[in-house]
Amino acid sequence: MAVSSDYRKREESITLASEPHEQSRELLTLNIGPHHPATHGVLRLIATLEGEVVRDIKPIIGYVHTGIEKTAEDKAYWKVIPVVERMDYVSYYFNAMAYCGAVENLLGVEVPPRAQYLRVIHLELNRLMSHLVWLGTSMLDLGAISMFWYAFRERETILDLFEMSSGQRMHTRYFQVGGVIEDIPPGFAAKVRSFVQEMPSRADQYADLLEKNQIVLERLRGTCIVDEATLLGLGVTGPLLRATGNPWDLRKAAPYSSYDHFDFKIPVGTVGDNYDRFRVRLAEFYESVKIIGQALDGLPEGPFITPDRKVSLPPRHELATSMEALIHHFKLVTEGFRVPPGEAYYPIESPRGELGCYVRADGSAKPARVHMRDPSFVNLQALAPMVKDSYIADLIATLAMLDPILGGIDR
Amino acid sequence: MEIRREPLDGRSARPADFRSRQLRAHDMLDNALEEEDLDKYIEERVLTTTLEKAVSWARGNSFFPLTFGLACCAIEMMSIVGSRVDIARFGFEAMRASPRQADLIILSGRVSTKMAPVVRRLYDQMLDPKWAISMGACCSSMGVFNNYALVPSDKFMPIDVHVPGCPPRPEALAHGILRLRDKVQGHEPAGWRERYDAVGTEEVLPETGDAGGAINVLQPDDTGRA
Amino acid sequence: MPDATGLELTAHELRDHRADSVLGTTFERDRATIDVNPEYVVEVVTALHAKGYTFLASLHGVDYYPEEPRLGVIYELLDMKEVDRITVRVRVGVDAPSVPTVIGLFPGANHPEREVFDMFGVVFDGHDDLRRILMPEDYEGFPQRRDFPVGGEPVLFTYNSEKSYGKWQ
Repeated sequence: MAVSSDYRKREESITLASEPHEQSRELLTLNIGPHHPATHGVLRLIATLEGEVVRDIKPIIGYVHTGIEKTAEDKAYWKVIPVVERMDYVSYYFNAMAYCGAVENLLGVEVPPRAQYLRVIHLELNRLMSHLVWLGTSMLDLGAISMFWYAFRERETILDLFEMSSGQRMHTRYFQVGGVIEDIPPGFAAKVRSFVQEMPSRADQYADLLEKNQIVLERLRGTCIVDEATLLGLGVTGPLLRATGNPWDLRKAAPYSSYDHFDFKIPVGTVGDNYDRFRVRLAEFYESVKIIGQALDGLPEGPFITPDRKVSLPPRHELATSMEALIHHFKLVTEGFRVPPGEAYYPIESPRGELGCYVRADGSAKPARVHMRDPSFVNLQALAPMVKDSYIADLIATLAMLDPILGGIDR
Repeated sequence: MEIRREPLDGRSARPADFRSRQLRAHDMLDNALEEEDLDKYIEERVLTTTLEKAVSWARGNSFFPLTFGLACCAIEMMSIVGSRVDIARFGFEAMRASPRQADLIILSGRVSTKMAPVVRRLYDQMLDPKWAISMGACCSSMGVFNNYALVPSDKFMPIDVHVPGCPPRPEALAHGILRLRDKVQGHEPAGWRERYDAVGTEEVLPETGDAGGAINVLQPDDTGRA
Repeated sequence: MPDATGLELTAHELRDHRADSVLGTTFERDRATIDVNPEYVVEVVTALHAKGYTFLASLHGVDYYPEEPRLGVIYELLDMKEVDRITVRVRVGVDAPSVPTVIGLFPGANHPEREVFDMFGVVFDGHDDLRRILMPEDYEGFPQRRDFPVGGEPVLFTYNSEKSYGKWQ
């Protein structure tokens, strides 16, 4: 397949280094956003241009700052879950997982194996969905509109599965401190299995559609390369770091929620250009599908939430017969559970990198501080080194491959 | 092989038949019909309406929504363009990236104090007649986050339809747009100041002419502050 | 995670560098925390960086409201080779809180430090671009301190729109 046109070669002959003009260097400051269709939300960028070349870029954020962390301090521990889910609104299961993990760590609650497997199934489905949204919208930025419809078709299938297990399409509040809120309904496993069988062929179709497309290749290959050391210094994790060849993935490095039970690979790139970022995410489709299949096969029997009645609600039928269950139910619903004082930081691997939740408990029924280390927020700092001294058209492609979610950045 | 085309009833349609029918209609209009018969004839064949009604019918069936996403609801707003809840069935799929070309803004998500002036500016840049839908709990009533960072959208701009949900399903948003269509077709005044009894609230430009107090206006040499 | 003895050994090494740099250590629930004198946070972090904790995973601001000193800045350091985390905690008073910046060592601390400044008012000395990051530039107060009200306002519905003071105009 002949993919190398001489366009890039001709382009390479142009030096992008700064050249002093005889009289003065003319710089143009361009404002992009906060309302711009290519900024994936309400991100605002102040770009300093010299002709068509970006010399400096400053992201300005805070346009969807919601004060979620402050609101979380005002609610009981288990009522915080729906609030934190709305931070990174494309990967809501991950937010709930990080928060629940931190609170479980503080409480010392053991999560039953079935709940861990159910969590893994939903986390990986969510990772697929998040990457599908990324694929659809980023290809829209590159001018490929049909990809959007294909990606959102599969997304609707996944959302149907979420709706089946929890009743909501987005922000499902399925994860609960100590497990999950409800067991999966009958028929769910069969539906997930048929989706898992179908998804790899869909991903093949996406790859066929995009990887042989000259425009996509020209715009992604060899653009906006940043080396591994710079990214590590900037705190960047996730597919962006893996695109440079560093296989850092918390699912392998520090397994949580029985990720060590599953056999999967970590896709890595080679040079760290936009194409590698694209390929790493595309390859993660197959790995997530593999994990879901294994988790369904090995789904253990047992309770889906911890039997500790101080933390989890008693089942409905017990309320009619047991006075103690009624008392626990009343106590949990009105006040919530109290958490012994302490601090916890619980990191997990979200579709965008390390998502950590810091929770400080002061002994009461409300958290004293909830703080999310959101990967989008940290990764956005890498935009400036990525696009410096490259064309402004590559800025849009790079932003698409960076995959920032503004709800996660601003919280 | 010979191919012959014949009408199904066996008779060939002669051009003279059409001609005679046309002549008959012409004769009837040419004072051939009396008053009552003429009224009946016209009622049967001609649809009358007012220009206003016709325009509002057309307007209500062809909104140009602004491509404008704020938060979670924006993802659900994108999926109404997708294949399942295809909004193109109703004629609302022409998303416009510039507010100058759009006549419907869908506030999809939470509006922060930092974003509110920008949203208001976008709304002001849209040409009248224009409509606004507030999608989801956050920008209608601030939903679960009633805190220091947010403002409800009713505080700074007129909203025509509120769609409840957190986030609303795409079907709910489609229903909201259809309700707005009914509203537009039902003789609503087109300008929002008349609709909401707000004549006299137009923006007044400062007399000095410099836009120092305006938001989102950078001073000439200032690149750092922004 | 370093175990409890490992944490003590690390703290001991840091004290050898400078006697009053480490104020105390905590080891609970597999989480190793070193309390550090705010003046020497850069030295401590540099020493930990040399020990292999080369990745700043996260930086949080905390308000320990009734306790004194009230404000805290927490650095989560990560050793990617050993997959080992250590937490450095700095406490400063609420009057003129200031902590030296670590962006010389970790450029990625830029945005998180600005966020802590925005939300808690902790000034990071030496930070070259310390502006508000999430709130509007002209905002007054530090909203995530514990004594800042949560805020919010009455919501306009049809039944109370007449009485309510705020309308969009």
